[in-house]
Amino acid sequence: MNENNSLLVRLKDCGVQKSSKWIVKGISLEIHKGKIVTLIGPNGSGKTTTAKMALNILKSNEGSIENYSTKMAYVPQKISIDWTMPLRVIDFMNLTSHINKDEIIEALELTGVQHLIYNEIHNLSGGEFQRVLIARAIAKKPDLLVLDEPVQGVDFNGEIALYNLIKEICTKFNCGILLISHDLHFVMSATDHVICLNGHICCSGSPKSIVKNSSYIELFGEHNAATLSLYQHEHDHSHQTDGSVKN
Amino acid sequence: MFDDFFIRALVAGVGIAIVAGPLGCLVIWRRLSYFGDTLSHSALLGVTLAYSFSLNIAFSVFVISAVVALLLVSLQKRTKLAGDSLLGLLAHSTLAIGLVLIGFLSYIRFDLMGLLFGDILAVTTADIGLVWIGGSIILIILYFIWKSLFSATVNYDLSAAEGMRPEVSNFIFTLLLAGVIALSIKMIGALLITGLLLIPAAIARNISNSPRQMIVIAILSGILSVVVGLFASLEINTSSGPSIIVVALILFIISLVPLEIKGQLQKR
Repeated sequence: MNENNSLLVRLKDCGVQKSSKWIVKGISLEIHKGKIVTLIGPNGSGKTTTAKMALNILKSNEGSIENYSTKMAYVPQKISIDWTMPLRVIDFMNLTSHINKDEIIEALELTGVQHLIYNEIHNLSGGEFQRVLIARAIAKKPDLLVLDEPVQGVDFNGEIALYNLIKEICTKFNCGILLISHDLHFVMSATDHVICLNGHICCSGSPKSIVKNSSYIELFGEHNAATLSLYQHEHDHSHQTDGSVKN
Repeated sequence: MFDDFFIRALVAGVGIAIVAGPLGCLVIWRRLSYFGDTLSHSALLGVTLAYSFSLNIAFSVFVISAVVALLLVSLQKRTKLAGDSLLGLLAHSTLAIGLVLIGFLSYIRFDLMGLLFGDILAVTTADIGLVWIGGSIILIILYFIWKSLFSATVNYDLSAAEGMRPEVSNFIFTLLLAGVIALSIKMIGALLITGLLLIPAAIARNISNSPRQMIVIAILSGILSVVVGLFASLEINTSSGPSIIVVALILFIISLVPLEIKGQLQKR
């Protein structure tokens, strides 16, 4: 595919200024169809702000944003639904577009919460709600999916399954994904392009090149950097629960 | 058929209840009850201006409410005061200006009680037309912006990210709220309009488990409050607005019963 045809969003030297303070500055990035771009960085480094610029929620105070996406879906970091609203999972799935019931069930099955379809949102646990949020975004069949810490509060096994699902969605729907995650294992093993943020872009590139970058090591500590470069190996086999290789 | 003042009031009241249902639900979900109060208090100013310049009352109330809403938005950007303080400031100052102006208009015979609490005798055949036509327009607009408005109520960022243009629908919603206040001021009165928006929706919240169900129940309990309230008003000769609101309150208390029973059952 032509490079330009696959382009969904391009940020060029973008930044957001709030009361004379730059929250992020000099952000350039591209998101292409079928690729996962991840933002990593410490708290307050501007990851969510960057994602919101890509989504056109926040206006950039400098630079330019090109957005060619026709259908965006968003899993926000924090979402609290007022208890004055009686909202069931099925109503929430239909929030911004009409999706038929079969597709809703299918999406909820993917994230393992199809049994909750008629439950009130308020009665869900944090992890369950997170799964519903991801299912809703998937059911929209977007060409650009922005996930802001999508697996927070999800149990350990669920976390791995959901990350695998995200990877699968990316190839299946050929959609571009912008992911914010603190899970460096997933980031380094499964994503195509990593951007390391700290108010500005510290370093960016393929996971392989990132782990060797000095500013990455400085930001995440030598220990982390070392473990993660170890993790970079070709996985051509799968494991049994005891760790032995499955045939 | 509309010769009888009571029939006129009934027909207009039912129309208002139908429009107030969905708007009231949104007011509850978005926690805008004090905002509704501010708009309705400023309605009194609208009425006095209508008398001063012999304008249509509903039109004048609508314009003033819309201006107050815009003023609120611009004040929020300029001052460091919280939303509720600004609302209080606007509510009481517009109410005060309205009452001061009434003092100047001594040459007109004024029914202040009627303005504040509603007067069914004042509902004319033209008012019925206004309520039903205006109400239909409000509902049609609401239908078209519903998805955007509802998604922004749940989560503004999500709605904005997914192309729902919530800033537009939020603005239109404010105008619709001003519209429903303009339609109902004659019958319910400036001080009690928010009650007709809020209480039926609150009743509905107690006994519904989906947004659509809540809207339908809000409309039905609004209609019931209006009909029973107007009959009571006729029988015991009370102001129409308070009678309707008291009936709504009684319905609210009744709507708590299923909640109580459910709670008791869960304890066992």
